[in-house]
Amino acid sequence: MVREIEKTAGIPVVHIATIVPIMLTVGSNRIIPGIAIPHPLGKPGNDEEDHAARRKLCERALKAITTKIDKQTVFKE
Amino acid sequence: MKKRVVLYINQFFAGMGGEESAHIPPESKNTILGPGAAFTQAFGDEAEIVGTVICGDSYYGEHIEKAREECLKLIRAFEPDCLVAGPAFNAGRYGLACGDICTAAQRELNITAVTGWYSENPGRELYGANVFAVPTVDSARGMKDAVAKMSRLALRLMSGEPMGPAREEGYFHRGIRKNFFHEKTGAQRAIDLALQKFHGEAFQTELEMPVFKKIPPAAPVKDIKSAKIAICSSGGIVPKGNPDHIRVSSAMNWGKYDISKLDDLTPENYESIHGGYDRTWALEDPDRVLPLDEMRKLEREGAFGKLYEYACTTTGTATSVANAESFGREIGELLKKDGVDAAILTST
Repeated sequence: MVREIEKTAGIPVVHIATIVPIMLTVGSNRIIPGIAIPHPLGKPGNDEEDHAARRKLCERALKAITTKIDKQTVFKE
Repeated sequence: MKKRVVLYINQFFAGMGGEESAHIPPESKNTILGPGAAFTQAFGDEAEIVGTVICGDSYYGEHIEKAREECLKLIRAFEPDCLVAGPAFNAGRYGLACGDICTAAQRELNITAVTGWYSENPGRELYGANVFAVPTVDSARGMKDAVAKMSRLALRLMSGEPMGPAREEGYFHRGIRKNFFHEKTGAQRAIDLALQKFHGEAFQTELEMPVFKKIPPAAPVKDIKSAKIAICSSGGIVPKGNPDHIRVSSAMNWGKYDISKLDDLTPENYESIHGGYDRTWALEDPDRVLPLDEMRKLEREGAFGKLYEYACTTTGTATSVANAESFGREIGELLKKDGVDAAILTST
């Protein structure tokens, strides 16, 4: 789905999920590892930490969108 | 009585020229041309080539419907039991023509059809699920072998006997699985396979995994401050009540949801319907899968231009690759039309 959106629209698509090898296999180009499968953008337990973790990943996604890459890239920070 | 076979070939194998003749329209001949002689020999007393239909590769590729109709008419005139097309090896347009005419002959003329192509021939991707095709090498140096396989398969199909599995009968699998009782349970067979693998022996999987394509990365967004960004998800986040009835697994559709007036996803307005993960945390706060709240804050702070008015979501569990690809293309078309500059897609 990520690959076809990127190809059809011609725009960068950042993929945030937890299992990096799957994102690499399905052909996602800009990859961000999420926190956990049932809550890729959340840290349940503490409300503040939950929001901070989500914000950090969103900021990293914005960075990935503006970064030139020439092959599949995992944005670890 | 010998079975009647029509051979479909392109201009090149008909000896009518190469690329300069690729535009010739369909025509038929009562004579045996190109690989026809080898097929005649391979068929022996069981079948004979009663005619040859020829079409230029570019003609077929550029006027598929017209070419198909004209070729079918020419094939029908010979009243055949079977159509043999190609082999096309790794010739793309030829592979497409062979796959298309075989598909049409089966459907419209209700006859057996057989072709042959190299595993990466684009014809296989387009028509591989419809037609019986044998694997060939990538060029005509493999003609002898291809003719032997194709003629054997054609005779086998015309005999009307039930067909066995693709790898035993020697054709490309068409993505069809048949149910049958096996003397061993799945667990026993899985252990057998694992042991074969551990011992370095040859083994044959029962379930081949799909091969995914790769594409070159899109260029980055130059000016993030004015960029319109979409959020999408395969994590099953939908408006409460699941208005588009997206399935909890093996999704057949995706939804487009107006988030322009929302700042936060809550258990009151959104939910997760995904059947492939423990939804406890996503139901508590759907933003943990589709991060609307933080993206809205970043938008207000000016970290990027604008959040796209709609979120596009579906369920990613057990969804076929073909469906996921078509959802991707449809969403891609929408984002393109609406001038979206980048997207963030989350998966669970």
